[in-house]
Amino acid sequence: MLRLYIFALILASGLGAPAVAQDSMAPDRSATGGAQTLEDILARQRGEGIDDTFRRKNTGNPDTAAGIAQQLGTLGGSSDPELWRALRYGSVDVSVSSGGEVAAVLVQDGGMWWLDFRRTTLKNWGGYFLLGVIGALVAFFLLRGRIRIDAPKTGRTVVRFQSVERFAHWLLAGSFILLGLTGLLTLFGRTVLIPAFGREANSFILIASKWVHNNAAWAFMVGLVMIFVFWVWHNLPHRTDIKWIAQFGGIIGSKHPPAKKFNAGQKVIFWSVVILGASISASGLSLLFPFEIPMFAKTFVILNDLGITGLLGLDPLPVELTPQEEMQYAQLWHAIVSFVLMGIIIAHIYIGSLGMEGAFDAMGTGEVDEAWAHQHHSIWLDDMKAADKGERATGDATAAE
Amino acid sequence: MKSMWAGLAGVVVITVVAYFVLGELGFSSAERGSGSAVRLETSN
Repeated sequence: MLRLYIFALILASGLGAPAVAQDSMAPDRSATGGAQTLEDILARQRGEGIDDTFRRKNTGNPDTAAGIAQQLGTLGGSSDPELWRALRYGSVDVSVSSGGEVAAVLVQDGGMWWLDFRRTTLKNWGGYFLLGVIGALVAFFLLRGRIRIDAPKTGRTVVRFQSVERFAHWLLAGSFILLGLTGLLTLFGRTVLIPAFGREANSFILIASKWVHNNAAWAFMVGLVMIFVFWVWHNLPHRTDIKWIAQFGGIIGSKHPPAKKFNAGQKVIFWSVVILGASISASGLSLLFPFEIPMFAKTFVILNDLGITGLLGLDPLPVELTPQEEMQYAQLWHAIVSFVLMGIIIAHIYIGSLGMEGAFDAMGTGEVDEAWAHQHHSIWLDDMKAADKGERATGDATAAE
Repeated sequence: MKSMWAGLAGVVVITVVAYFVLGELGFSSAERGSGSAVRLETSN
């Protein structure tokens, strides 16, 4: 069941995964008295999904216990195997003297599945996704080449971003690159680092990565808030975005549609960073303070109530999760959304550096040539010129008084 | 380019400050998941 929900999460984040069909035909287990059969064991060994309801529900029944004066009357309604099954599937009422609800989960059934998903499916799909993005950009570069400034450079520049805006951008960018690299090292360390450098080096690198990842996260969150405050106004949808999208932003073809300070493509990047970045931050905080910020059960309640799971053709999501399951969902969500954002940012880095002549200046020196500004942000350039003229006219009038 | 270097330096500063501030406040995922009675290290 847990697997089904994670697939739904992947689909929702844009990373489709093939669903595993479950065999709805209940096998005959009469020969084992309802216990698992050799076929069940072999199927599990083959890695096939098994509906384990027959075990999950087989946890005894106190109502069938023999009376206390009868034979076996003091043994209750559950055998030892039934009790252990109840412990494994979390259906037994456990009370502990310390440790709270975290310690009350004695056997965490989802833990092995989560571990398996993390070291196989997540790693494979995530890795292929990033390689696919890089491959697509290489292909695009080979086909389209660098987007040049059509008109000769004027030598006159216009301020595109103020110092504080660039500071916020690089705070966010620098921390995200650090977080991305250390996150990838954490996920791929066993696969990549150990064969290349050995276990000792892998251990050292991952301990350092964890320290950097946990603490650089705060720089990312500060940068995220700053760029949101600075640029949200300029990233609200505008009718010029439709024309920009209709002409593919001039990326395909030779037309250069007019745009304000941010074109539709940049707005997509901005909102992706804000929304996905906020989601990554939230799940990251949940991981940073284990068991303190459970959020998935509450989110699932909202998704169920809104009918989103129904629209996706899924059963309602579980609204009661153990603290450990909350952490597992947080970890997987954190990684999945991060992969998506990494793909988007790789494309952003490409277009902001190699892919477009003059683009880096906007975030480097903060000033761009007027020819570049006219080609890519003509409305914004006209607004800037008009504002400059207005200021000069006001200044001249003041001087004349 | 100064802003770029300042931003990257800001990452380093916030990272180090976060480590010490959170440590002072008692927030530590390592301490949260372990205690004097919990040791995952092996002696060998």
